[in-house]
Amino acid sequence: MKNTATDVLPAEGGLGNEPLLAVDDLHVEFVTRGGLVKAVNGVSYTLQPGETLAVLGESGSGKSVTAQAIMGILDMPPARIPKGEIRFRGTDLLKLPEDAKTQIRGQRIAMIFQDALSALNPVFTVGWQIGEMFRVHRGMSKRDAEKKAVELMDRVRIPAAKARVHDYPHQFSGGMRQRIMIAMSIALDPEVLIADEPTTALDVTVQAQIMELLAELQRESNMGLILITHDLGVVADVADKIAVMYAGRIVENAPVFDIYRHPAHPYSKGLLESIPRVDLKGQELYAIKGLPPNLLNMPTGCAFHPRCPYRQDNCVTDVPELYEISPVRNSACHYWREVLDGTDG
Amino acid sequence: MSDIRPVGPAHPETEQDAPADAQVTAVGVPEAPPLQERPEQPDAVPVKPKGRRDKPASLWSDAWYDLRRRPLFLGASVLIAVLLVMAIFPQLFTSIDPYDAKTCVLANARQDISAAHWFGTDNQGCDVYARTIYGARNSIVVGVSTTVVTALVGGLLGLIAGFRSGATDTLLSRTTEIFFAIPPILGALLILAMFRTGNVWTVMLALAVLAWPMTFRIMRAAVITAKNQDYVMAARALGAGPWRIMFRHILPNSIAPVIVVATINLGSFIAAEAALSFLGVGIRSPDISWGLMIAEARDRFLEAWEPLLFPAFMLSLTVLAFIMLGDAVRDALDPKLR
Repeated sequence: MKNTATDVLPAEGGLGNEPLLAVDDLHVEFVTRGGLVKAVNGVSYTLQPGETLAVLGESGSGKSVTAQAIMGILDMPPARIPKGEIRFRGTDLLKLPEDAKTQIRGQRIAMIFQDALSALNPVFTVGWQIGEMFRVHRGMSKRDAEKKAVELMDRVRIPAAKARVHDYPHQFSGGMRQRIMIAMSIALDPEVLIADEPTTALDVTVQAQIMELLAELQRESNMGLILITHDLGVVADVADKIAVMYAGRIVENAPVFDIYRHPAHPYSKGLLESIPRVDLKGQELYAIKGLPPNLLNMPTGCAFHPRCPYRQDNCVTDVPELYEISPVRNSACHYWREVLDGTDG
Repeated sequence: MSDIRPVGPAHPETEQDAPADAQVTAVGVPEAPPLQERPEQPDAVPVKPKGRRDKPASLWSDAWYDLRRRPLFLGASVLIAVLLVMAIFPQLFTSIDPYDAKTCVLANARQDISAAHWFGTDNQGCDVYARTIYGARNSIVVGVSTTVVTALVGGLLGLIAGFRSGATDTLLSRTTEIFFAIPPILGALLILAMFRTGNVWTVMLALAVLAWPMTFRIMRAAVITAKNQDYVMAARALGAGPWRIMFRHILPNSIAPVIVVATINLGSFIAAEAALSFLGVGIRSPDISWGLMIAEARDRFLEAWEPLLFPAFMLSLTVLAFIMLGDAVRDALDPKLR
């Protein structure tokens, strides 16, 4: 058994002031034929053990790209990271050699994907795929790995795990496939789990079950969970804090309770108001006007200004910094006070 | 080529009393079974009953299940099985050893079909039936070895090019384009002209050199498709290294089209071998090849049609069998055609 990750990285515990995972001023660009696409422009967030961070934003806001940068699975080129740090227990992952990163992936930081059917290899049985984690990283025999696979399938509550361990991914339903994906990702007890829209491809009742399962697994192992989603409803119950992303930047950063009660950025406010509510039945549903910006041709100043109801003249020219509202809250809006006031009443 | 001569004494002209009906049976062996088995197949439409087995369905077990029920596949398999037996144990089909010069009697040249010479005799007085049987080996050896070499070389390079992309891919892809620009028969003629001798291995080499780019392209395309699938990214995210991703995640998901093309090409390689031998640059006398037999018989075709028609018939039958097999394999492996 080889495990060089432990040589490279500090051991668990003894965190000091350093969070479990810290993304610091991360920039990611893609070199395309149309020009340079700045997908992520200075994203920062932190994650503590046992904490759930929800990263919220619409398609193209850079939330998945940030996650892929953390995992080190961006294709470079076309992607490149001109600036920023991703510190895992104080070690900058971006500076690690590739083989050390391979050791971290799956063992210390794991990821699950949106569409579990396409994220599972169609030519191998699910037991083989879960067992692969133990065979590759733990050097287990085929038999022991399969035994472990059955245990894990039980743990993510797949009925009749023992009978289904030799089945192929296409023989499972969507929810069951996502459970298998989760089983693979938690196989080696990672300290950080990134879930990239884990419930988007599932129907509502199954979504709730998967979220519940993730929350339960997190409680058992005290891992840090980054939940990437565009669905505010999904995260309300499980997240501790929320980072709202727009056009490659974090526009608001807040504990989950605060953001639902008093959003401090017009975009978060718009998102919250676009959730259908029973008490507003019969009224027209609010929608944020306009379209997300073209990353090749970003608006000047605040990227949200063409769609913003609070827009003033300086929004067109000045990029708002991430203003500190309270020690745990930030908003990238020049007029965050007005936005906060607007929701008070 | 002395290694392929069967042991045991030759029987020149001692088979006069062979029963006439045996000839019919022997000739009929290759094509008779598929014709008889076809009507016995329940239906050609692959309707799958639900819960038909308790074993889980992988692509390969599914394809195998599908294949076993295809008359086309069964017919082709029986034909190929007979051809393989013919190639490995030609003594089972004839007691005449055509590589033994004593079996050819010039005085018997261009005889008609008779009990002694089921397919007549050729210009040199050799037995056409025995030569046709013994010709199977060279055809099959060329076809199979060329297929294996092109699949390995083209497949491996295609895997590397598709997986690495960038400069490696550009270099390999441009190289294949040079090979695509060469007219195949002319190219093979040129390569074979460099050798003093002609045997199965020179022909294999010439065909493989010209044919690997096709496998390369198919493999490369399949690898690029597989590489961008979510499960490859998921495997990376869960800590699989590049070798594991290449051989465990990408290769098994991109090998199917290569297998299909390899099976179909096998027939084409056999046909190409015959063409090159016919032109005099492939397998050369005293070695036996169907193409060579056709070339030798063509001048006296009107006087003696047997030495031309029987090897030509066997050649067509063999090529047909392998192309049919390739078709059946493609149908089974390509879910879009179901």
